Amino acid sequence: MNRFSAFILKEFRHILRDRRTLLILFGMPVAQVLLFGFVLTNEIKNAAIAVLDPSKDSQSIGLTNKLLSSGYFRLEQNLTSAEGLEPAFRTGKIKLALVFPPDFGQSLAHDSKAQVQLIGDASDPNTATTLINYAGAIIQDWQQEQNTQPATQPIIQTQIRMLYNPEMKSVYGFVPGVMTLILMLVSAMMTSITIAREKEIGTMEVLLASPLKPIQIILGKTAPYLALSFVNAVVVVLIGIFVFGMPMRGSIALLAGESALYMFVALCLGIFISTKAATQQQAMFMSAMGLMMPTMLLSGFIFPRESMPQVLQILGNAIPATWFNVIIKGVMIKGVGLRYLWFQTGVLGLMALIFIGLSMRSFKDRLE
Amino acid sequence: MTVFYLLQKEFLQIFRNKTMLPLIVVMPIFQMLLLSFAANYEVQNLAMSIVDHDLSPASRQLTAKFEGNHHFRIRETTFSQKQALEGISTNQTDLILEIPAGFERDLAREGHASVALSMNAIDAQKAGLAGTYAGGIIRDFSQELVERGQWAGENVTLSSTKPAVVEVVYSNWYNPKLDYKTFMVPGILGEIVSLIICFLTAMNIVREREIGTIEQLNVTPIRKWQFIAGKFIPFWIISLVIMTVGLAVGKLVFDIPLLGSLWLVFGYTAAFMPCVMGLGFLISNFADTQQQAMFTAWFFLLIFILMCGLFTPVESMPHWAQVVNKLNPIAYFVEFMRLVLLKGAGFAEIKNNLFAVLGYAAVVNGLAVWTYRKRN
Repeated sequence: MNRFSAFILKEFRHILRDRRTLLILFGMPVAQVLLFGFVLTNEIKNAAIAVLDPSKDSQSIGLTNKLLSSGYFRLEQNLTSAEGLEPAFRTGKIKLALVFPPDFGQSLAHDSKAQVQLIGDASDPNTATTLINYAGAIIQDWQQEQNTQPATQPIIQTQIRMLYNPEMKSVYGFVPGVMTLILMLVSAMMTSITIAREKEIGTMEVLLASPLKPIQIILGKTAPYLALSFVNAVVVVLIGIFVFGMPMRGSIALLAGESALYMFVALCLGIFISTKAATQQQAMFMSAMGLMMPTMLLSGFIFPRESMPQVLQILGNAIPATWFNVIIKGVMIKGVGLRYLWFQTGVLGLMALIFIGLSMRSFKDRLE
Repeated sequence: MTVFYLLQKEFLQIFRNKTMLPLIVVMPIFQMLLLSFAANYEVQNLAMSIVDHDLSPASRQLTAKFEGNHHFRIRETTFSQKQALEGISTNQTDLILEIPAGFERDLAREGHASVALSMNAIDAQKAGLAGTYAGGIIRDFSQELVERGQWAGENVTLSSTKPAVVEVVYSNWYNPKLDYKTFMVPGILGEIVSLIICFLTAMNIVREREIGTIEQLNVTPIRKWQFIAGKFIPFWIISLVIMTVGLAVGKLVFDIPLLGSLWLVFGYTAAFMPCVMGLGFLISNFADTQQQAMFTAWFFLLIFILMCGLFTPVESMPHWAQVVNKLNPIAYFVEFMRLVLLKGAGFAEIKNNLFAVLGYAAVVNGLAVWTYRKRN
């Protein structure tokens, strides 16, 4: 058997013998997808609220009941005085407080106008805003119901259509994101750590002194991880489709091709990092800070990119995951072809060229 | 006395290790900056396409409401629905507002009209928020029309009683500017300190095992507890340093409120660290190589971080997940930081949290000591 294949075989054996790492490499993507699918959501339901109702007439009770039966709110505490508000918020038990004036029903009947106060725990501004919006909408509905006269007010009805994802499943957003993260993790981080490990332990020198060419060493080391990432990607996609009902409207060949391109870019990045790191720890931290964190945070996977400051949006453009995210969503969810995705594919291709060039230049075949 | 020499050795090693030092200082700051600025679920600058078939004063006024709003950015105004949809296919548009012909006429004659909003819902959460904001704007516009008394509806008999209006006054406590960073930074700080210390502890012990110096320690007369103290104390001190730096950056760069007692913060940090250090230690007992330790630690820490309440609220998780989260140390730390720094909570409010953490630390460290074997 020629020496290159022997080398690759050795690398495969190395990995397969390390059961623990293998377990984690396969377990992590599965755990993540399941976590995102079943556990992590921003949907707000059953939020604990407190009600301070000094008037307790049929109107205020009616409004309170309407809010509580919506499913968004759950009565945690009935307050008797305003002094109870601060402690209730401070223990973190309630997210919103509904405060009525002492003569709610009367004001409505006589002056056609009454106030209610909504106090949100804005330490989490998003939850506070969402809860206040929900409550505000429900109060307006209630107001509408109370006015038994025929429509004297113009109402604009809004018909909302959710394109591509009518059931608004969050899985559509995160399965592609998890794919980018896992592929980056395995292809880049593991590769960089493996090569750095050989350097740290000292066996790299042995390899360099062997008749194997440096390019063969690199390819040999990374081939098993490529195979592993590919398996991981397939697993994640399958779980997304069969467990969470994600669609696959586009061409499988295109998906495979784009994934291969992305994995190649990640690989080159991993190699590049390994040329700069002297120890495994260094490689790991460089990968973590330079690849994982930005991929998770800036690629638009969890947090929407439009809300980020300009600087971070520009930085996000330099991350392969950002483009790959768009590609996967395009292929799987929209079902579009290369015609719509040529730009993103081109960017990934360009990145591949840049990183492989950089890696080849920094790879030294002598140990300094 | 022995412990003192061990500490000396550890600190020497730490300061000589070129990666370690910058890591301890740079990584927290880097993460804090990156995460705090990026982590923002607020939706702004959504690209919007308006398809206006009516072109009446009413439709123009409605459109103007979106122009002034920072959540939306009107990218194009067109007659063609097809063109607008094409914009969504190419990812250039996020949502479309379509105003049908006869919008103003319907408002004037029937007293009601309808518009259509189409959103790219691949990112369900973004679409949901966009829908809420857009819906709110349209609703406000409706309300405005009522108050102005325009387009009251000719076919409708105007009754003499005014419609009852409930005026909603809302206020936001603890974060009146609704600044997302104020919310994120304390939590991030808690997460970073936990992450780094857990990692360092695990890696440190495994590294010694991998390069063989642990054998040398094992043949010395030091006892298990001295060994552990020698490993824990340096990182314990480092954790307090990171916390200090983090709080300083938080105050100077992000101007986070520091409502509660700082003594409480440091005290809790000191009490909390054995928890994550114990975890690191436990992981190191089962790993033969740094790579294994790294990956095991990564696996658990990533799950802990995702579930700790930083990215998504703990209350939104299904009940069984919230129960599992009781085993998540980082969740406790994040909750503590938020309660104390943002709301000024005192010892009374956090004591349950603290006791849970102390119990956790006792169990984890007990397990770690029990599974530590001097021989492989």
